[in-house]
Amino acid sequence: MKSRCSAAILLALLLCWSFRILAQNKPITIKGSDTMVLLGQRWAEVYMKKNPGSRIQITGGGSGTGIAALINGTTDICESSRPMKDKEKDQVKARRNTEVKEIPVAVDGLAIYLNSVNPIRELTLDQIKGIYTGRITNWKDLGGKEGKIIAYSRENNSGTYAYFKEHVLDKADFHPAIQTLPGTSAVTNAVAKDLKSIGYGGIAYAKGIHHAMVKKDAGSPAVEPSMENVLSATYPLSRFLYWCTAGEPSGEARKLVDWVLGAEGQRLVQEVGYYPLPKSTTSPATAVKASDARKKK
Amino acid sequence: MRIDTSAIGSALPLPTSNSLSSHLKGARFKDFLFGKFILFNAILAVSTIFLIGLYIGKEALPVFYDDEIRKEASLDNLFAPQNYGTEEMPLPFIWQPVGEVPKYSVFPLFLGTLKVTIIALLFGAPLAIGAAIYTAEFAKHWVREIVKPVVELLAGIPSVVLGFLALVVLASWIQDLFGFDYRLNAVTAGIAMALAIIPIIYTVSEDALTAVPRTYREASLALGVAPWKMAISVVLPAATPGIFAALVLGFGRAMGETMVVLMASGNAAVTSLKLTDSVRTIAATIAAELGEVVFRSPHYHVLFFLGAMLFSLTFLLNMLGEYFVARLKRKLMGH
Repeated sequence: MKSRCSAAILLALLLCWSFRILAQNKPITIKGSDTMVLLGQRWAEVYMKKNPGSRIQITGGGSGTGIAALINGTTDICESSRPMKDKEKDQVKARRNTEVKEIPVAVDGLAIYLNSVNPIRELTLDQIKGIYTGRITNWKDLGGKEGKIIAYSRENNSGTYAYFKEHVLDKADFHPAIQTLPGTSAVTNAVAKDLKSIGYGGIAYAKGIHHAMVKKDAGSPAVEPSMENVLSATYPLSRFLYWCTAGEPSGEARKLVDWVLGAEGQRLVQEVGYYPLPKSTTSPATAVKASDARKKK
Repeated sequence: MRIDTSAIGSALPLPTSNSLSSHLKGARFKDFLFGKFILFNAILAVSTIFLIGLYIGKEALPVFYDDEIRKEASLDNLFAPQNYGTEEMPLPFIWQPVGEVPKYSVFPLFLGTLKVTIIALLFGAPLAIGAAIYTAEFAKHWVREIVKPVVELLAGIPSVVLGFLALVVLASWIQDLFGFDYRLNAVTAGIAMALAIIPIIYTVSEDALTAVPRTYREASLALGVAPWKMAISVVLPAATPGIFAALVLGFGRAMGETMVVLMASGNAAVTSLKLTDSVRTIAATIAAELGEVVFRSPHYHVLFFLGAMLFSLTFLLNMLGEYFVARLKRKLMGH
């Protein structure tokens, strides 16, 4: 009697367990941008807590790695901090037989930090590039006081470094004398203490420093990196962060995407330190349109 | 320390003649087990070091033979001058592994490591050795009992704390004092690192100085030598190998020190001999870049190659230090 009873319990447990396994069978895999790994992990953590049984795997490696994985079909969702190139979209089409779906999920902006006593208030993109490639080395050349420019950068494993290199330096190399510090808070701290310094990083950091207004070129207006300017893409150093899928996301992935674009997902975006999507673009279709408009700018 | 033998005697039950042999047997078995346990620990420690060395070596080796990796990072790229700059401004040595053309010159990193290490020794060694002479020769007993543990406690401060202190406080002081162009530079990092190596230099030197036999001191005092003269020209020379060992061990510690330089040196891989420029050290480079590097990429293997170089260098330095300590012992024992 006793043994039969325990056998039944065991069987029931085994059934439960196998159902659990079945339910969890297919994790959603997300791969790509290192800038977005933290954001992705935060989303996954909260989502999995809310939806027991769902499993999400997040890995980094860089936007390029994620896009390659999307082409090869080894990931469900690719995280990318840049829009996909047409060539890459064609490759997905050829290999996976569907169109790529690019879904903006958050907005990221980059501020140029200056010491708060620095009289310089605005810089053109070209001037910033000059400072970081070693062409401009004295504040005098920018209309400031005589003094060597001390430029701080991030370590080369940082996504911010990659974005800065691509969008400000036009892929040119940083000058060797540019100092690199681990983490944005170290950069802001150094800039706050050093009168002659300049740095770059997230917009959320502002203690003891001021954010330079950035001009796209000498003729265009200087734009402050405020939330509105970043969201309306008038500030030149802002970008969308994307989730890309091969074809419309379906099933579990669809649910996840909707949740990420919804109120709670977007609240987490702000928690991690990026900007939520502007209200008008929270539906994927309009967001794509907005990002197209931005690309044309 | 005095041992109260009577207490032990009463604590042990007196064995009767019958149980004596089994009692001994049990004790011998415990002895055997304990011996094996100690041996196991020793083997584990040694083999861990050995395996770490083996793994680092294995990951570093592709730099020598893998063609795919050598295309970007051959020994030529790593050590020989390259033509990276423009014609009017040739830049032969650049460390910039992320870019259109990855650049892997390790020369600026070696130079930077050496610069910071030497500055740290220049600042730390006189302080540490001076403190060691004071506590070993002049300090009253109770002063020594306070100073020695406190200096040794300095070794327990996590280096990230020292680094942060340097980044936030020390760098500003130094810039206010000297007005260097760069707020974070080799001098700042070196001074901060001096704090990290003072305990090791102090401890080893202090031990060497106190190991000098009393007879040396008695002889020189009997000849009417002043105490300070005795410390400088009798005790210190007698302890030289020990002091040297202390310096070598301090040098090795400084080379491998990571967090202090990562925070306080500015990490710009410049090739210059100026001490007030920012520097990037090997250890800081590995710490900053290995975390996110693409697995098995040239960059990854080059970082392991750097690690292997650092590992063998500090290993050699530690061995050298041990050798000098052994020599000191032989010397003072009069062989």
